[in-house]
Amino acid sequence: MPKPNIIRFWHGLLRLLVTVVVILGIFGLFLWLMGRDPIKSYRDTFRLNLLNPRGLAEVVVRMSPLLLTALGVAIPFRAGLINVGAEGQFMMGALLGTWVALNLPGLSQSLHLLLVILAGMLGGAVWGAIPGALGWANETITTLLLNYLAPLVVGYFVFGPWRAPELAMYPQTPEFPPSARFPMFFPGTRMHLGFFLGLFFLLAYGYLISRSRWGLELRAVGGNPEAARRLGIPVERWIVGAMVLGGALAGLAGIAEVAAIHGRLKMAISPGYGFMGFLVNWLAFANPIGILIMSFLVAFIASSGFTLQLTQRLPYAAVNVLMALILFTVLAKPFAKGVRR
Amino acid sequence: MSNTDKTVVRLVGITKRFPGVLANDHVNLDLYPGEIHALLGENGAGKSTLMKILYGFYRADSGKIYVHGQEVQIRSPLDARKLGIGMVFQGFALIPALTVAENVALFMARLPRVLRPHNLHRVVEEASQRYGLELDPNAPVWQLSVGEQQKVELLKLLLAQARILIFDEPTKVLVPHEVEALFRVFAELRADGYSLIFITHKLREALACADRITVMRQGRVVGTVRPAEATEETLVNMMFGEHLAEVSRPPHGRNPGEPVLELRHVHAPRQGIAPALEDLNLVVREGEIVGVAGVSGNGQRELGDVILGLLRIAKGRKIFRGEDATRWPPRKLIRAGIAFIPEDPLGMAVVPWFSVLENFALLDPSRFSLWMGLRLSWARVRDSLQRGFARLELTPPPPYARAATLSGGNLQRLVLGRELSRPYHLVVGLYPTRGLDVRSANAVRQALLCAKEEGKGVLLISEDLQELFSLCDRLVVMLRGRIVGEFRPEETNVTEIGRVMTGTGVVHA
Repeated sequence: MPKPNIIRFWHGLLRLLVTVVVILGIFGLFLWLMGRDPIKSYRDTFRLNLLNPRGLAEVVVRMSPLLLTALGVAIPFRAGLINVGAEGQFMMGALLGTWVALNLPGLSQSLHLLLVILAGMLGGAVWGAIPGALGWANETITTLLLNYLAPLVVGYFVFGPWRAPELAMYPQTPEFPPSARFPMFFPGTRMHLGFFLGLFFLLAYGYLISRSRWGLELRAVGGNPEAARRLGIPVERWIVGAMVLGGALAGLAGIAEVAAIHGRLKMAISPGYGFMGFLVNWLAFANPIGILIMSFLVAFIASSGFTLQLTQRLPYAAVNVLMALILFTVLAKPFAKGVRR
Repeated sequence: MSNTDKTVVRLVGITKRFPGVLANDHVNLDLYPGEIHALLGENGAGKSTLMKILYGFYRADSGKIYVHGQEVQIRSPLDARKLGIGMVFQGFALIPALTVAENVALFMARLPRVLRPHNLHRVVEEASQRYGLELDPNAPVWQLSVGEQQKVELLKLLLAQARILIFDEPTKVLVPHEVEALFRVFAELRADGYSLIFITHKLREALACADRITVMRQGRVVGTVRPAEATEETLVNMMFGEHLAEVSRPPHGRNPGEPVLELRHVHAPRQGIAPALEDLNLVVREGEIVGVAGVSGNGQRELGDVILGLLRIAKGRKIFRGEDATRWPPRKLIRAGIAFIPEDPLGMAVVPWFSVLENFALLDPSRFSLWMGLRLSWARVRDSLQRGFARLELTPPPPYARAATLSGGNLQRLVLGRELSRPYHLVVGLYPTRGLDVRSANAVRQALLCAKEEGKGVLLISEDLQELFSLCDRLVVMLRGRIVGEFRPEETNVTEIGRVMTGTGVVHA
């Protein structure tokens, strides 16, 4: 947009802070009801995840897939589509990327890695293209349903043809060859290439959506498809295109997680990164800076879940309560303000 | 107020200020029993604001409201309804999935816990027959035309015991014969002692059916007159405070040039409730305005869509400047030089929350892109907008205002400026003046005439016969998806065209 409205920005930030305080208050109450000390819990959480460099690095590691899945939701969102399917696209990206990682040995590191990344993006793109191409069916429903299908497809390969022979009791593929592993940064942490890819795509998104001709057309499709059609913008093509791009980024998140963190494909590669990405996008309303802040926030909350598990012996499910609280607060927002985009 | 006061409603010194606008400035208005009162004025003259104050939608900053001689405080529409005031808004408040009777029941003051459909239907039917509304209580609302939905809104008010009825531009959404029917209903209601206020900016309607006409301009009442004492000219002068330049029509007899657009035996499949297009033959030449008359819903919108490439041609050919354009996608046609000016620009031509500048850039954005579209030059957009509007002698709307915040006239000006500031060969107007005030409508008409003068082809689809007669060189009439007649305006008259439009006239090919 040509003229940023600085007042609206600060207003939004203030509203965000209030939201955070309200959520922390309610969750504190929940902790207290569970018989834990909320003040100490929060202090531990902050100390271990924000003030400790290793802890902070872990938050950033969790943030990497969130940046990408949130973008995977944000791009279709700008075209007026609700993509609930980032989780499935994440899984399919991991699947196709794994195929390339395991079946193209003997390539140089950079070429193999590039092909793995592209295959991951292709897997997610295909999974996103399906709902996009089914123009007559509601994309919210189709993307949601495809989330249930993706783990079944991954399961078929992981339990079946791709199962590693050496560790036959675990349903998982053999380990990736070194040439297919993501490079790691900052020894002692698990920071990997995926984070920088996430940042790169976030920057590209922020620039293209507001400054490029393609961003303008995409937003017009979301803003008024009838007018867009009459202005000669190929609306149907943009809808498929937005889903393909979104799916590709969610798929990239999937293969990054596998090729950097796990080193092999298995069923438990995502603690719900696709759904968290959806949450991030709704918190950020597809605003690039918002996506950066919110994916950090959600990653921090997810890490806190593990901290609380260790320090307070809270079940990890307690964090799901927190996530749900956030989701409710966010979903309530448009109704409180009168629906407006 | 004394008790001998005969007024039903008396507004005294109503003042309402919105940020930056004085919407109502010490407005006085009287309404008598059994009176049809027209509230006339340009878009933005303060008519709707005044009526929304009476209906409790807004509160006045100062001023008094008397109902039946008693001073009242109207804090909400509920208060207004208790006083027997009802309002029919432009956008209706009906639930599409429910039937007419159910929608009416929802609005009743005392809705019983258990509905007795028979009673309800009887009540609805009686009331609807009494005022000539002809509504089927069992029909689901989504099946009804806009005109019928308006009748349901009216019925709701009547059965909720409203005696003072306010209509916000009731004729805007209606086709001519529905307008006549509505005015007959108005007359019936007046005979029964109801008091009616209707907002309009159409002079002829005010003159045709009102007992008194109050004219507003820039938030003030200019005066109240009886139709017998007024002419269209005096009313126009009251509305605008100046002599408004009539659209000047250049003399006929110039020879139009080469064909810009030709449709040859075009067929297109049926779309929902709209008729299929059958065997359309149409030529638009350089330097002429071809009018398409017809009752709306007879395939005019589909004709526009076929020309713009939005609706697939099943059989036949479309020739644009000598090239076969039958299968061209919309973008190619637009780049080849088709400009399109629709009705309802907010719905059909702009993105509401885009700025004026962004909306301007949306038409063929390749003109402003750099680096294969990776970058848009906003400087170039601004420049093009300023020069384009200057060439058309239009004032551009503020470049950073969101389209949704512009008034109807400003919005249509944005569309005009965008579509006509680019090289083009054909303008298609699809009811381009619908819903506009007189001044804005004239700006659109003037732009079409200019286009013609410059040797462009113009196709004007309209329902306003006066508009068509005053602008067009040729006139075709559409009925049920076909072109059923072609005329020269100087060789025919409104009555003949009207008969052909309704399928009762003699057709000469």
